[in-house]
Amino acid sequence: MRHHLFEWKEGLLIALNAIRANKARSILTTLGIVIGICSVALMATAINGIDKAFVEGISSLGADNLHIDKYAWFSDEDFFLMRNRKNVTMDQFERFKKLAKLPLAVAPTILTVHKVLYNDNYVEGTLMTGTTDEYVRTTNFNFGRGRFFSPVESNGARNVAVLGSAVAAHLFDKQDPLAKVVKIDGIPFRVVGVLEKQGSTLLGNFNPDNQVYITIGTVFKYFKRNRDTVTIVVRARSTEMIEATKEEALGLMRRVRGLMYDEKDDFAINQQEGLTENYNQVVGVIKLVGLFITGLSLLVGAIGIMNIMFVSVKERTREIGIRKAIGAKKRTIMGQFLTEAAVICLMGGLVGLLLAILLSSIINKFLPTSVQMNTVILAITISLLTGIVSGLAPAWTAAKMDPVEALRYE
Amino acid sequence: MNTINLENISKVYQVGSEEVHALAEVSLKIDPNEYVAIMGPSGSGKSTLMNILGCLDTPTGGKYDLKGLDVSDMSDNQLAEVRNREIGFVFQTFNLLPRANAFHNVELPLIYAGIPASRRREMTETALTSVGLKERMLHKPSELSGGQRQRVAIARALVIGPSIILADEPTGNLDSKTGEDIMVLFHEIYEQGNTIILVTHEEYIANHAKRVIRLLDGKVESDKHVANHTVPARGK
Repeated sequence: MRHHLFEWKEGLLIALNAIRANKARSILTTLGIVIGICSVALMATAINGIDKAFVEGISSLGADNLHIDKYAWFSDEDFFLMRNRKNVTMDQFERFKKLAKLPLAVAPTILTVHKVLYNDNYVEGTLMTGTTDEYVRTTNFNFGRGRFFSPVESNGARNVAVLGSAVAAHLFDKQDPLAKVVKIDGIPFRVVGVLEKQGSTLLGNFNPDNQVYITIGTVFKYFKRNRDTVTIVVRARSTEMIEATKEEALGLMRRVRGLMYDEKDDFAINQQEGLTENYNQVVGVIKLVGLFITGLSLLVGAIGIMNIMFVSVKERTREIGIRKAIGAKKRTIMGQFLTEAAVICLMGGLVGLLLAILLSSIINKFLPTSVQMNTVILAITISLLTGIVSGLAPAWTAAKMDPVEALRYE
Repeated sequence: MNTINLENISKVYQVGSEEVHALAEVSLKIDPNEYVAIMGPSGSGKSTLMNILGCLDTPTGGKYDLKGLDVSDMSDNQLAEVRNREIGFVFQTFNLLPRANAFHNVELPLIYAGIPASRRREMTETALTSVGLKERMLHKPSELSGGQRQRVAIARALVIGPSIILADEPTGNLDSKTGEDIMVLFHEIYEQGNTIILVTHEEYIANHAKRVIRLLDGKVESDKHVANHTVPARGK
């Protein structure tokens, strides 16, 4: 064992000498690995970033929330069959709210899309959530300015609005939006609050930053019919309570909607868990494809290494002959060239990793991301393995050379 | 006991459909501390014989016994070990590693033998001193003259203390003056008790040896002890 270690150490020194002697070539060869490892590390980092953004986005939706809806978010059921179901009405919501004992908070929501305007600034196609004062208790909202609407405003269907941070920034620039009047489809609404940045680009328009919250009464008054379907958001008291809260909601909704015991549910209780599952399915495929494609660039790098090692072995045929004549065994020659390939790749891997760390700080501007420790370990392992695998065939060619032939080689 | 004992060694090459007998049933014995020259015109089989003696190649027939070891059917790795421990090569073209300095070139057999670094340093310096190149040990081959390169090669051959020194036309690439100096060095090495086998086609080089074996067409033509072999005058 000690002898092997010794031999390996000498092999390493020999390999380093060879690399130093062929600087230009070694650097060019390494470039392939640098790019390969850099792209693999960046891809892994980007995936980490997307995951992180998703988790953050999900938690801004509220991890302990149930969404009672006519439509199931994820289901094999025919969309048109679901559309034909009875609407979930405000009436049903009121009765549900009265009966439900377990939830921390219950609020109806209805979505509608409108142009928001303040003076000359406007945002086209802004997503509006019409809801009640209790809605804020189903979220993790923090307020930059003001507050959510009060029970009085909510019950009285007052024209008040809470703006997402991006909407507020767009309409008001550096002015204070509080108590200003914005026009939603031409109808005046007084701003009572502005949310702090919630921060998930992943949710797009559903990101609270891009939304406006108004009282549900005004939605029915100006934009929607009274019997349109609403989504009831139910906040459980804790994660452990979700199942029980869901059970209760299921029973109450069946009662409220007057279902007989043998009738199927004509509504769905949605959870972000479904979203997570769906996300993992879709993004899982993207991850695999992404890693596969970046893996290809690494493969190109590895082929470069293999090629240059073959050239190196050919060029050093005489050297191999000399080494064999004075007592180098197959194993020793093999180890020398394998080490050389591994060292080239390892150096390339380290440079690639450094490059990836630099580049990820740029990506960080779009996606909250940083190179994780496991990515570092992964990159180093992969670059070492690449070196060994791509050095294998050339090293074997060197090891099995006939010393007489090799010494005669010009 | 003989150092080398060849019994009916033959080597047959297949060239296309033809068989070429490079060596045909060669038998010879070489004792410790002999100074032998192997001579013959090109194609006589002397290179093949040298390769077999140096364990670089294996015979197709016969038995080769080196210091009591039957090397005629050893594995590649065993042969490498024998070359490392028992044989010191000196080539016509020096065959030094061009990118390594003299010290590292001489040290290399010791590395392959697994000798620890401190002991290696000592042995390498001793060998380089014995060929008079201690102060040039950090020079690369390209910074040395032909004669100095051959001295480095001789130091490499000697460094591990092998049973035989196998020199293949060691003066072939040197001018006659430098060649003579190298022959002086070989004589000294011989006098220190080493066994030297010299492969050459030059009579005056062969005359330095005490025994001359002549090959022709893969067979031993003659094997004579030289009564009045040249004792080289120590050059200045």
